[in-house]
Amino acid sequence: MSIWEYANPVRFLALSAKVQPFAWGAAAIGISVGLIWGFFGTPDDFRQGATVKIIYLHVPAAWIAINAWIMMLLASLVWLVRRHHVSALAAKAAAPVGLVMTVIGLFTGAIWGQPMWGTWWAWDPRLTSFLILFLFYLGYIALWEAVEDPDTAADLTSVLCLVGSVFALMSRYAVLFWSQGLHQGASLSMDKQENISNVFWFPLVIAIAGFTLLFLALVLYRTGTEISLRRARALSARMEPRA
Amino acid sequence: MTLTLVNVAVARGGVPVLGGVAFTLRAGEAMILRGPNGAGKTTLLRTIAGLQLPLSGTIDGAADRIAYGGHADGLKGMLSVAENLSFWARVYGHSDIEPALATYALGPLRSRLAGTLSAGQKRRAGLARLMVTGRPIWILDEPTVSLDSHAVALFADAVRAHLGMGGMALMATHIDLGIDAHLCDICGWAAAPQELLGASDEAFL
Amino acid sequence: MIALLIRDLRLAMRAGGGFGLGLAFFLIITVLVPFSVGPQSSLLSTIAPGIMWMGALLACLLSLDRLLALDFEDGTLDVLATAPLPLEAALAIKGLAHWITTGLPLVVAAPFLAVLLNMPPQGFVWLVVSLALGTPALSMIGTFGAALTVGIKRGGLLLSLLVLPLYVPTLIFGAEAARRGAAGMAVETPLLLLAGISLACVALLPFAAAAALRMTLR
Repeated sequence: MSIWEYANPVRFLALSAKVQPFAWGAAAIGISVGLIWGFFGTPDDFRQGATVKIIYLHVPAAWIAINAWIMMLLASLVWLVRRHHVSALAAKAAAPVGLVMTVIGLFTGAIWGQPMWGTWWAWDPRLTSFLILFLFYLGYIALWEAVEDPDTAADLTSVLCLVGSVFALMSRYAVLFWSQGLHQGASLSMDKQENISNVFWFPLVIAIAGFTLLFLALVLYRTGTEISLRRARALSARMEPRA
Repeated sequence: MTLTLVNVAVARGGVPVLGGVAFTLRAGEAMILRGPNGAGKTTLLRTIAGLQLPLSGTIDGAADRIAYGGHADGLKGMLSVAENLSFWARVYGHSDIEPALATYALGPLRSRLAGTLSAGQKRRAGLARLMVTGRPIWILDEPTVSLDSHAVALFADAVRAHLGMGGMALMATHIDLGIDAHLCDICGWAAAPQELLGASDEAFL
Repeated sequence: MIALLIRDLRLAMRAGGGFGLGLAFFLIITVLVPFSVGPQSSLLSTIAPGIMWMGALLACLLSLDRLLALDFEDGTLDVLATAPLPLEAALAIKGLAHWITTGLPLVVAAPFLAVLLNMPPQGFVWLVVSLALGTPALSMIGTFGAALTVGIKRGGLLLSLLVLPLYVPTLIFGAEAARRGAAGMAVETPLLLLAGISLACVALLPFAAAAALRMTLR
């Protein structure tokens, strides 16, 4: 059975209804375990003190913010190539979630940065890139809202997502070129030297997994809502008496 | 040289309006589409012109041979009539606009700015645009709107001359132009709303 | 193609075409900045390259919503889409016409306005070069934004929201080149990157813009 079978809205809804309870439950468990372990079960950092613990919100939110955009890019490509409605609607559904996560990332970063760097905001490459990502989310959502015909909206937002991704990547390198940063290196990387120590690492991975599941559950739920809206629209268009 | 539609279905706003549209138009023939508002005349004409895709079916002989005249004239108010027509002629690789000006009695208006023309004069300039394209198939959506009876006669003459030279014309109009044309009531092709013809939103039903 | 270029330029020149509007806007921005930040010449000369670039960017943005919207309303785009000219070429030409009527005058006027902002004379040439290399990208990105929003009623504000984030890399490299030039530093790297962005935009964005326009017309 091919994965494209789930491109059918009805089959997708059926599968989504089965998966969603597990996704919500696992997300709740992951986030609570990750946050509680992270906040109460890890020692204070010898330099950063207790402020380091905001990492358990900050990093997962940033992770979702970036990956939501990547997911939207893939979904847009699927829509443009294979014209599967579920794909386009999933991209639409993911955008506000990504936007909120970007805002959470920016705010928790500011709260973390204040005691550490002595400033709420600095034009550091990572911070600036996130601000630009925030603008891209805004434009993407605004374009979805502005176009009346839903298929045209899906087409145009997909093109915007594709072109926007290229420009977002260019902006990332332009910003690196433009400013040297304050931000620490990646919290998670394959390079052992750069990685944060194990005590912080386990709860962080659990929190990230929890946030990812939360994202999955939210996107499934919101995609379902969008499908219902389109279904109502398709049905009512066929109910209208012919002039 | 023919224009052939086979089993064409078209949609407006994602909902099928016409299905099973099939006809053949040969060189020198004209067809007039009839049907009430909302029946799908404009949608069908735009589809044949290639501005939107049919839900299903094939359209043969239309690509690169169509001159489309829609509700708007495609004229720039800040350019003169002659400048407007020359521009369109050059886009289609021609340069001679004199026959078109003569056919629609636009000679005296040639250096007037299109923005200062009356609605009927503007329409005549818009119809003259079809002649300068040199394309054999005219697709016309309500071409006689705001034309007086004299201008309608000019238009009918132009269509007759075009057909005489082996051209074709497909138009939606309710006025009797006095030209020899197939009358075609598109209501016969009206699609039942519940019919599945490949509309984009059928996946949601 | 040349016919389309000539027509667009002619339309821009005629009354109501908006030629010179961008230039006047650029002038006003540059004149108003000292009022807002104060007349100290040291401060002005520091921020001059950035102000000039910001002004150029906003001036380009100003005329974008007329770029395709007028042609959409009067049916020209429908006819162009069925004409033998590929839509990609038509949009590239429209972007070029926008650059000639908006970007090019800015490039020419920039040194004169830079004097008002006390920019060091050694930076003039790099300001002009950076604007000359960067404004084609601004016009082409703008054409893409216009194609995305052409079917939307009152899409002007949305157009700005979509286009401005896309302007970020061009702005960064352009302003950086102008700033380094004014400070007497090496400008090669940002200029090369800026030229790369412009070339890529001119080569690829007409295709994206044409795709978006076809989706709207459909």
